[in-house]
Amino acid sequence: MGAVYILWLRELKRYARSRAYVVASLGQPLLYLLALGFGLGPVFQKSGNGSYLQFIAPGVIGMTVLFTSIFSGIGLLWDRQFGFLKETLVAPVPRLSIVVGKTLGGVTVALIQGALVVVICLVAGFRPIGLAAVPQAFFYMALIALAFGGLGTAIGSRLEDMQGFQLIMNFLVMPIFFLSGALFPLANLPKALAIITSLDPLSYGIDGLRGTLIGLSHFGLVLDFSVLAVVAIVLLSVGSYLFSKIQL
Amino acid sequence: MSIIRVQHLAKTFGDFAAVAGISFEVQKGEVFAFLGPNGAGKTTTIKMLTTLLKPTGGSVELDGVDPQRQPNEVRRRFGIVFQDPSLDVELTAGENMELHGVLYHVARKHRIERTERLLKLFELWERRNDPVKRFSGGMKRRLEIARGLLHTPKILFLDEPTLGLDPQSRNQLWTHVKHLNQTEGVTVFLTTHYMDEADRVADRIAVIDHGKIVAQGSPAELKERTKSDSLEQAFLALTGSSIRDESAEAIDQMRQFAKMWRR
Repeated sequence: MGAVYILWLRELKRYARSRAYVVASLGQPLLYLLALGFGLGPVFQKSGNGSYLQFIAPGVIGMTVLFTSIFSGIGLLWDRQFGFLKETLVAPVPRLSIVVGKTLGGVTVALIQGALVVVICLVAGFRPIGLAAVPQAFFYMALIALAFGGLGTAIGSRLEDMQGFQLIMNFLVMPIFFLSGALFPLANLPKALAIITSLDPLSYGIDGLRGTLIGLSHFGLVLDFSVLAVVAIVLLSVGSYLFSKIQL
Repeated sequence: MSIIRVQHLAKTFGDFAAVAGISFEVQKGEVFAFLGPNGAGKTTTIKMLTTLLKPTGGSVELDGVDPQRQPNEVRRRFGIVFQDPSLDVELTAGENMELHGVLYHVARKHRIERTERLLKLFELWERRNDPVKRFSGGMKRRLEIARGLLHTPKILFLDEPTLGLDPQSRNQLWTHVKHLNQTEGVTVFLTTHYMDEADRVADRIAVIDHGKIVAQGSPAELKERTKSDSLEQAFLALTGSSIRDESAEAIDQMRQFAKMWRR
């Protein structure tokens, strides 16, 4: 337990001390929110879908949690090749406590980042349906963070170099985001896109956030929860397994 | 009494035998230097001794324990300083020590006392609350050695600990290591490319080349056997003077990135 706690604390300390990172990582959601939220707003409104800012805010919150959690896992790449990871791998503690501590740290950081973006959304004019909506939304944010924190750990345990990182970014992380319905409604999509979006686990996370925050859900909150919970368990298990197999 | 016993240890990667059946013993309390050209198999051997890599053949015993069967028992018994830095540079020196102590189950009171003693010995106590990223190369190395000794290990592994340090820092580092070897009786297993260092601090030396041990003995014995004046000449006589070009691997590219990003 001591190992889990101290490694969790390490992630939080690193986060708290890298102010440049915090500011930089808030720039992207802000840009999406302002450029797309206000830029596409009139078109969205004209097509009879209501306010695009209301629609896109949960998507932007989900995006932040996705990126933060997946990158904290991929951060293993640094640690793994020559950094701090060796120190933990030769310590007399089970690998499971190491990976759990580190992943929970990443999840916590992702939730803090998500909370900051919630505040930004509120300032930009986003209005959730009620006060109770926010804690419920945090529940779905935590599920997203757990699922993609697990995925990040799995990738970070296997990745060897920075080229691989670019590949993951362009062919996995960005598609997960763009095909999740974060930016567009899932109703009335072309058949092929509808299938792809329904296979993207983030779709259920964004849908859960939208369901709780603005009361607009495509799959239904129960299905959102079930899919996310299963995906989180699977990805966390895969991540822990691959981490336990690391040889330096 | 031998504290490290290695018999016919082998590691092959595909067709390539990085370590091709080596045997040696390290006596309790001695300073043992493991020397060889680049790519000879030094780091691979250390990784197998320290539970980071599984051997493909042979056996290893550290203090009577098999690293493969009881990795955590073995891990308690050694401290290690890796070729690449393994500190968390965002944390302070004190926090790095604390993290290590918790990971190694060192009781809080003992951890605090020993941290103070070691940081004072390695002349880092005044800087304990500074983030490690503000430390010089020599200070980082000293901190890593202090950290490796926090849990009072029986064996200390040092994999090229003086790489990239100036002569002053190298000199100071070995003085401290030798001091701890004498006062605490910790066995030291080191690798280095600086033959004068090995000559100065090592009680015994093993020279490895192409995955095989080509000579073993005290520095004086090795010089005598090769009829050389210095250990460097003895080393060249034993391993030849051709240059070993290691292929650039992912790790080398990562080192480039690390330099760029100062990680």
